[in-house]
Amino acid sequence: MSTFSLDEDQRQIKDAMGKFAAEEMRPIARDCDEELNIPDDFLDKSWELGIVTNVIPEKYGGYEFGRSVLNNTILTEELAYGDLSLAMAALAPNLFVLPVMEMGTDEQKERFLPEFCGLSAKVGSLAILEYSIAFDVSEIKTRATRSGNQYILNGQKCLVPMADKAEEFLVVARASGAAAGTGIDAFIVEKTMPGIEVSEKEKHMGLNALSTHTLIFEDCKVSADNRLGGEGGFDYNRLVGCCRIALAAAAVGLAGAVKDYCVDYARERIAFGQPIATRQSIAFMLADMAIEIDGARLLNYKAAWNADQNYDLVRIAYLSKKYASKWAFTIADNGVSILGGHGLIREHPVEMWFRNARAFSMLEGMIIV
Amino acid sequence: MISFETPEILIQVKTMLHDMARDIMRPIARYYDEHEHEEAGELRAFAAIRQAGKRRKSKDAHKEKKEKKPTEDRIGANRISVAGAEELAWGDMGLMLAMPGNGLGNAAIDAVATDEQYERFGSKYCAMAITEPGCGSDASAITMTAVLDGDEYVLNGEKIFVTDGQRSEAVVVWATIDKSQGRAAIKSFVVEKGTPGFRVEKLEKKCGIRASDTATLVFEDCRIPRDNLLGDPEIKPEEGFKGVMKTFDNTRPLVAAMALGCARAAYEFTREVFEKEGIRVAYGRARIKQSAVERNLLWMEANLEVMLLLVERAAWMTDNGYPNNLEASMSKAKAGKYGNLIVQKCVELLGPLGYSQEYLVEKWMRDNKVNDIYEGTQQIQMLVIARRILGYGRDMLS
Repeated sequence: MSTFSLDEDQRQIKDAMGKFAAEEMRPIARDCDEELNIPDDFLDKSWELGIVTNVIPEKYGGYEFGRSVLNNTILTEELAYGDLSLAMAALAPNLFVLPVMEMGTDEQKERFLPEFCGLSAKVGSLAILEYSIAFDVSEIKTRATRSGNQYILNGQKCLVPMADKAEEFLVVARASGAAAGTGIDAFIVEKTMPGIEVSEKEKHMGLNALSTHTLIFEDCKVSADNRLGGEGGFDYNRLVGCCRIALAAAAVGLAGAVKDYCVDYARERIAFGQPIATRQSIAFMLADMAIEIDGARLLNYKAAWNADQNYDLVRIAYLSKKYASKWAFTIADNGVSILGGHGLIREHPVEMWFRNARAFSMLEGMIIV
Repeated sequence: MISFETPEILIQVKTMLHDMARDIMRPIARYYDEHEHEEAGELRAFAAIRQAGKRRKSKDAHKEKKEKKPTEDRIGANRISVAGAEELAWGDMGLMLAMPGNGLGNAAIDAVATDEQYERFGSKYCAMAITEPGCGSDASAITMTAVLDGDEYVLNGEKIFVTDGQRSEAVVVWATIDKSQGRAAIKSFVVEKGTPGFRVEKLEKKCGIRASDTATLVFEDCRIPRDNLLGDPEIKPEEGFKGVMKTFDNTRPLVAAMALGCARAAYEFTREVFEKEGIRVAYGRARIKQSAVERNLLWMEANLEVMLLLVERAAWMTDNGYPNNLEASMSKAKAGKYGNLIVQKCVELLGPLGYSQEYLVEKWMRDNKVNDIYEGTQQIQMLVIARRILGYGRDMLS
């Protein structure tokens, strides 16, 4: 078996999410960016899509349509095509739900999954990134020190999406004394626990609508029962891999939005008596976008397929994210160039996409499939 | 359903050809680069096996195009060809092109021949002659003429840059049957070696792929049976170039696969050299800890993956009955350009080892350049792609 075509389910996901992106996301994206806020109304609408509840098994109250990383990849691309901030907000609960579902103990699943099966939106999040030029997913600075039946967390996390609304976080930390690249654990931390502080909304160049926060842990005591996967720990490489695949999918979605907008613009914009798309200098930029978007998407699908086969993701997910994020930014940058001065005016979405696209090269763990 | 499982048949083809490329082609690659135009006798044993495989494949290809209904997961002639081309180009591009029975003309025959023509020419080693001294990318400007005289066409003109023009048994030639009617009047004809009025004028001396011959062919009142015209003999202005251009949808992914194979060879060699020096690539290390060399190698690796996927998709589409004009050009544009960037970067990274004739990397850089030129240059691919995504014809974008 070797094929490049979507099956019926995947086509339906693509169509449904594409419709949602066009009708519910695109029209409000610019306002959300300007107002630095996403209305609750949007979170409720995206909740109704069943992005979260569909993947949770019936015994915990979900619909159990089954999760495939590839299907979620297709979904993520379509939502990011609508808007990156809104897509990340809509998908934030999965940052908590998917790792618990896949890697949690039975007890953890029973405790936390049913909460995410309700009729109204509930938010969870994941904290991986740290504020450092030397940030490396394998060398986490946040420490977890074992003390009896507890772990004591100390450190800082940044760019935690939707941390203001989230009630539970999955926090990635390194065991004290563990050698570099080893001893990485994740802890389920409830916002009400003492020793955790959520900062004001962070200010960034882009992703303005999405609320992201710094989490500060000062002797935050977490029960050993909250260690993801229990005593056995969890598969960190897979978590990072599934996040990278999601980021790559989002990058492809954003790049696709830029390309389609620029194709329309270049066909309509007249210069020297002709649409600018009739000039090779513009047309070839568009062709390049098309090639690289297809290439990045195929590599992204391949990485997702590998995840669904339970193959090792370290290499393929990294390459996929690296490739897609590089091209998403180059394409957004070229998009601004194609629009010329208009590319920098906030009336056009390209200006926002250009700022948002820069984020991919540094993001880790902001979204998951 | 999306699946990236490598089918058993492709694993077999790739393994067999890879071993042969390594054991037969690599050891003689330098010799035939230095002895341009000398025939590589070593390839005969190799070619016999390949020929057997090719005949079987070509017959399938011929049948497949008759089946109209699109399928999903057929592994047909195109997937097998691109997998094989990648491995052979990994061995040596020049020798691969010099391999008897491996002509581009065969792709044209596979694409458009009737059953009867297929019977006559399907197993012949066929070169492809399009370019003339006065035209290259603009194939609509060709001046070679074919005039119907009774049951024969009379060919007159000159063709240059014909790969395998010397060693092939027959040539597929593009000529116009009525110059006043433009591109719609351009048809392709099979001319067998030994036909009176057809001769090989000279062989070019080249930058790379020196093991392969590149010939100038001259046709002077060369008479061929009228049945040697491939495709439809009628001039249909509304169809334009479609008939003859269809071949490219098969051959462009093939050339892309060759660019990929050659680039992969250079990448693998470079990675091994650096590993011996203790430089290993890690996936996802902090930027601050990544060396420039490591970043370059990762960039190559990601691009090789993407090139392969674009090639496989284009070939998969033809095998399963989907039109792939856009995707074929995408694969060629990407692999043609990045194949060269990768090999050129390898030469740079390796320093004196890259430039030296002690190793093959310098040769691969010379060999690979042509992949971004023949079967439609980089710029022509970009035009094809841009027209497709903009919905433009050549009147809007040229």
